[in-house]
Amino acid sequence: MEPVVQYKEVQKSFGDTHVLKGINLDIMPSEKIAIIGPSGSGKTTIIRLLMTLAEPTGGDILVDGKNLWKMEVNGKTKTANEKHLGAVRDDIGMVFQHFNLFPHKTILENCTLPLTSVQKMDKTEAEALAKQMLDRVGLGDKFEAYPANLSGGQKQRVAMARALVMKPKIMLFDEVTSALDPELVGEVLEVIRDLAAHEDMAMVLVTHEMEFALEIADRVLFLDEGVIAESGPADDVINKSENPRLQEFLKRFRSNGQS
Amino acid sequence: MDSALNILSYLSQGLWTTVSIFLAATFFSFVMAFFAGLCRVVKNPLVRGVTTAYVEIFRGTSLIVQLFWLYYAVPMLFGINLGSNWWVGVIAIALNYGAYMSEVVRSSVLSVDEGQTEAAIALNLSRVQRMRHVILPQALRLMLPEFGNYMIQILKGTALVSLIGLTDILYYGDIYRSTNLDEGPLAYLMVLIMYFIIALPLIWLSKKGEKISKKGVAG
Repeated sequence: MEPVVQYKEVQKSFGDTHVLKGINLDIMPSEKIAIIGPSGSGKTTIIRLLMTLAEPTGGDILVDGKNLWKMEVNGKTKTANEKHLGAVRDDIGMVFQHFNLFPHKTILENCTLPLTSVQKMDKTEAEALAKQMLDRVGLGDKFEAYPANLSGGQKQRVAMARALVMKPKIMLFDEVTSALDPELVGEVLEVIRDLAAHEDMAMVLVTHEMEFALEIADRVLFLDEGVIAESGPADDVINKSENPRLQEFLKRFRSNGQS
Repeated sequence: MDSALNILSYLSQGLWTTVSIFLAATFFSFVMAFFAGLCRVVKNPLVRGVTTAYVEIFRGTSLIVQLFWLYYAVPMLFGINLGSNWWVGVIAIALNYGAYMSEVVRSSVLSVDEGQTEAAIALNLSRVQRMRHVILPQALRLMLPEFGNYMIQILKGTALVSLIGLTDILYYGDIYRSTNLDEGPLAYLMVLIMYFIIALPLIWLSKKGEKISKKGVAG
């Protein structure tokens, strides 16, 4: 089977700060990957490059074999333009730490916007699909509500429904529970658990929820100082690795009582 | 009291000129504001540079000088006839206030949270769709109070067109005073009152705009 996403020697610097120092990673279709690591290790940057929210400073990212950030023009390789990016990123969806719902639109409108504007679906069809997704995340009674009237957990579930309507091949989750009150984390994880169990799409979760990563991820990556320091089945990485940096990271985590 | 009413009815001959110039200038100010404001947030450096030059030049020089330029200098130098005096007045005011208001558009667009753009990119909306469906509707609410203020200023700015021979309220005020010298103070008092009355709905509008804006973008 061909990987759906390939990172090849991907680098990213912000000025003099080298956040990613050569990432090599194959993501297989329907694979569930969790990325863990200390803050500042570049976890979020990895998925932001794939979502085209930031441009890599080196290397290539291939989506279904197509180079995401580069395109051929008359035999020459150029930086991708908006049109090229638009064609490739149709397959990618993302859920953000701070939800980023559109506050001026109802929950339903949040979910129909990409369908009517990007996919040119007609309104009735779009609403039917959006309602189906909102039902699925347990918000079937909130169609007309505005984001401001929802709890953090509800907002994050809407954000997931909104990403799901586009039927992405890869879904990215950027610390989606970090901004939530502890008692609201469960309902969001529940939805992700359901998606992981029933959806074919690949999922990449940047997360601090170790137990959860252990539970749903096929593979865990430990990112440290801009490189993938450990990679393997969740149990191997979290419970059996002898990498001292990883040990230290996990220890600090457990002593914080977060795991 | 009689003469006050007398003056008011005399001044009202200029009412339509003032109001029509105000309405047209406001309309074109908004057009310029959105056009220039949005040009200043595009990627293309040439477009950005040209618009920045326009904005800074028109903000940095006085409206009255711009008015004289359009009225006296432009036709002589370039042989461009801008049509009637009425159009010269409208164009000068619209270019001037359009420049100021484009800054409101630009800063409001930029103050919408970056996460909104990122979410829209993640949903694969095009640049234009992002602006139209996500950024502008939110930025508009931030613009409202400032727009109200500028509309009041545009109304006051229209008084300058009497200097290029347009027969607005102030023009009739001047004429009245010069033929009834002893009533000068009363004549100008009536001019003030008339402008203020026209401004009242604008003041109300800008208060309303402020309220909508304060309510934020939700709902």
